[in-house]
Formats: sequence, structure tokens, C-alpha cells
Amino acid sequence: MSLDVDIEHSHGAFHLSARFVSEPGVTALFGRSGSGKTTLVNIVGGLIRPDRGRVTVDGQVLVDTERRLFVPKHRRRIGYVFQDSRLFPHLSVRQNLLYGRWFTRGNGGAVAEFDAVVELLGIAALLDRRPESLSGGEKQRVALGRALLAHPRLLLMDEPLASLDEARRAEILPYIERLRDKAGVPILYVSHSVAEVARLATTVVILADGKVTAVGSVLDILPLADTSDGGSVLDAVVARHDEGFQLTTLASAAGELQVPRLSAPRGTSVRAYIRARDVMLSLQPPQEISALNVLAGKVAQITPSGAQADVRLDCNGAVLTARLTAKSVQRLALAPGRPVYAVIKSVSFERS
Amino acid sequence: MTAEEWTAVRLSLLVAVTATAASLPFGIAIAWLLARGRFWGKSLVDTLVHLPLILPPVVTGYLLLILFGKRGPIGEFLNDTFGIVFAFRWTGAALACAVMGFPLMVRAIRLSIEAIDTRLESAAGTLGAHPLFVFATITLPLSLPGVIAGAILCFAKSMGEFGATITFVSNIPGETQTLPSAIYTLTQVPGGDAGALRLTAISVVISMTALLGSELLARSIGARRVAT
Repeated sequence: MSLDVDIEHSHGAFHLSARFVSEPGVTALFGRSGSGKTTLVNIVGGLIRPDRGRVTVDGQVLVDTERRLFVPKHRRRIGYVFQDSRLFPHLSVRQNLLYGRWFTRGNGGAVAEFDAVVELLGIAALLDRRPESLSGGEKQRVALGRALLAHPRLLLMDEPLASLDEARRAEILPYIERLRDKAGVPILYVSHSVAEVARLATTVVILADGKVTAVGSVLDILPLADTSDGGSVLDAVVARHDEGFQLTTLASAAGELQVPRLSAPRGTSVRAYIRARDVMLSLQPPQEISALNVLAGKVAQITPSGAQADVRLDCNGAVLTARLTAKSVQRLALAPGRPVYAVIKSVSFERS
Repeated sequence: MTAEEWTAVRLSLLVAVTATAASLPFGIAIAWLLARGRFWGKSLVDTLVHLPLILPPVVTGYLLLILFGKRGPIGEFLNDTFGIVFAFRWTGAALACAVMGFPLMVRAIRLSIEAIDTRLESAAGTLGAHPLFVFATITLPLSLPGVIAGAILCFAKSMGEFGATITFVSNIPGETQTLPSAIYTLTQVPGGDAGALRLTAISVVISMTALLGSELLARSIGARRVAT
């Protein structure tokens, strides 16, 4: 699957101008609220007609304003999971799931069987219930299943977890991962959460004020993301487990990391997400310190913002970002090229 | 009850049911247009639909007579091409009732369509449903309480319609003499009071049954919707 977008659209004072090509897998549209993510997804889904431009999926033109071409949304075969699940209130969960079945015949989309999807999403017990009796997390799972059963060739997800609390998010994320890994449907995923993007995405498109500022793989792009909870992503492999202390050691390009015991066998690829404010810097190798993880690296770039500064480190090729106060930056006389030691206070992990 | 009184009751029911059933598809279509459509002349359509509500019923009846009478432009055309005659027939009574009940019906349906979240309709579209299918499976079922309310209002209006009917199709026993016309006639003749009273009682019973029926129907739809 390849999605090729090159559009311009104005809505009031807001101007969206976006151009990118996405790779198979999960493409994350990432940016602050108001950056134009939802507008862009609505254009791809056919809910909004752009002022100018082209959208193609797998070579099929969905919109081309120059040729006055516009494929209506019901003929696009693009599934859409909305932030508010938008389940049909007068239909049962089963009827909601089966709504798209009338239109799937011979559309050539990814074949998703009812039973398989129900099992994948763990919604077998909900089938005869009405949408209003479901919890937020259950609603989103049903909405996911409903979109999937319409056999889409591309799935759009507009902040599907935004309306949920932390516990419900943790409940749904694994299902989206399973979707990505098993259903084989490419996904365009809108989010403003670095943790979600780090966990799910293969490609990241960063939007700011209606413009695409960066496109690339999650490892290259995410450290550049302009976010309040900026962080870094490290690809790593489970190297060994320490049963006595209940720890797992991970090997990454930047060095070894020790983390609380993961239930993943040796050799499993994992993706570690380290928030910038969980990284301290030291000029000397720190000794007699409680933190287990210290990585050596060089300062690559310092981006001041008010009283704080984001310091990007090059740790043997991997990028790590630390958020320090401007005072610390001055006190340590940090400058590009200076070797430092990064003390990591906490790491969150996702299997990849 | 006399045979003539029974005839009036039966005729009234026939006229009201026909008027309601025949105008319902148009009522839904116009309500949808007014709720969702964006077209030039929308306020003109809106005004035309509401006109019978504000015009004196006699005026509406007279306009119908001019347009749909045997010599009227529409009446003549319908008679020549389809053989449909409205003038001084029960079908004309049904037409007058439908026109008088139409604004009430459209209002009720339009309000319930406007209350539907259009985002549900676009969600159905992304699942591959054609707009007509979306209308049949999402919009219509969700606006059903309003459709029922509109139909009942039109039916009740038809049962009570007097001015437009008597002006358009006169007061012919067995053909166009509906309940209100029959009551009116009975009050004009000596010794007709008992018959007028009987028909009044029947009229009250029918109207209350219709109202009660719609209430029960709306409640059962609501109950089905919240059932888990």
C-alpha cells in the first residue's frame, strides 16, 4: 500500500498544505491539536473535498482537483475509526459490526472474517448488547471491528484513544498492535501522544500549523518532534534476564539498558521510549548512584526554550534527548561535541 | 346510530388513513430536504409547505378547487391523462386533508431528522454505504419517533378537517360527508342533536385512541433502543 497525498485546503483562517508519501505499516500523523491532522484524515477519507490537490492510494486516484475527480467516501474502501466511536445507537453490536458486509462483495480489500475479528478484538461477549451499554474502551474496540469488517484497503484512525483514560488506553493499544501485525491493513494513525506513536508507528509525518515539517521512520523523526513531553525512541533486543533481581537487560545501539523483568523471550525486539525529562546529564561517569542505566554519548544539538533546553545526544548513532534547565546547560558548559553521560531514570517499553 | 352516521365514520377513517399514507413519503422527502438540503429557494419551499397552516382553511379549499377542479389546470390534466378525479369525490376530501395536515407532518419529521448526528451518517458512508442506503438504515430508523408523531398529527388533523374539505368537495353524504361535515349538518336540522352528540363522542374516542397509540408506539421504540 502506498498513500500519496499532496493537497491544499483552507478553512476560515486556517490553511492546510500537506504533501507526503507513506510506507506500508502504520503511518502516524503527529502534531498538536489544531495542526490540521483531522482535516487531513478527513480529506483522505472523503469527508472533506480539498481546495486543491491529489490523493492516491495504490495508484488509484481518489481526489484530483485538476481533473475534477472526486471519489465519494462510500466508494473509497477506506475504513475510519473516529475519536468518538460513532456506533449506530439503534443497532446491536453484532449489527454494527456487520453493517459494512453488504458493500464488501468483490471489493478486493483485505479479507477479514467475522469470527476472526471478534476474537482479535475480544468482543465476543458484547455481540448482543446495545452501544450505549458499552464502556468507552469497548465502544472503540467495536468501532475498530466494524471498520475492519468493511474490508478496507486503508484504515484511518483519528485519535481513537483520546477520549479514554490511561487504563482504557492500555486496554486497547495491544489490540491495535495485533491489528497492525495480523490483519495486514495499512493504518494512518492520528495522534498527539508521543508514547502512542512510538509504540505503533513505522512512519511518522509531523504536522505543525497546517504544514508537514518532517516525514520519516519513527526512530529518525520522533526525537525531532516539537512536543511538550518530548522523548526518544531506542530499538533494542532482549539480551538476558536476571531472575534474582527480576531484571531484563536490553541491548541497543546506545548501550545496554536494565529494566524491570519483561515477559519476552531472549532475542525479542522491543522499542524503548525514554521521556526527555527522565534523562539527567553528567560530565563524569556517575558513581554510587541509584539509577541503573547510564549511557555515554556526545552532545549533538541544544535547543533552548525559555528556562529549559532540550539537549540531543548522539549515543553511538542512537538519538537520546534530555530536558534540562537553562541553568544546568550553562553550569555544565554543554556545547555540541562535548562528551557526556546520560542517566536514565525511567524507561517505558513496547514490543515491536 | 343511523346508517348515515356510520357511513360518515367509515368515510372519515378512509379519508384520514388515505391522506396520511399518501402524504407520508412526500412528507419525509420534504422534511429531509428542509433539514439537510442546501439549495436555492429553500425558504420558498418552507413557506409553501407552511401556507395551509396560516391561510384560512376556506381559502386553501378554494385554491384546491381552482387548481384541482374538473376545469382546473391540474385537475383537468390528471383527469385526461390518468383518469383521476378529485372534484366532489372522497379522493378530493383526502387531498384536502393531506394538504392541511402536511405542514404538521413535515414539522415533526424535520425536527427529528435535524436531531440526528450527521456524523453517524458519514460513518456509515465510510463503511461503504450509498447515501440512499444510509438514509434507509440510519436516518429513517433514528427519526422514526418523529415520523410516527408526524403521521398521527396528520391523521388527527384529517379527522377534524372541515373548512377546506367542505369548500373543495362539498358535503355529499356517502361521498364527501366526513365526521365534521356530518356533525355540522346534524346541528342544522331539527332533532339532529342526538346524532351530533353520538358522532362527537366517536370523534373524541378516535382522536384519543390515535394519540394513545402513538404514545405507546413511541415508548416501545424508545424501550427497544435502551434495551441491552
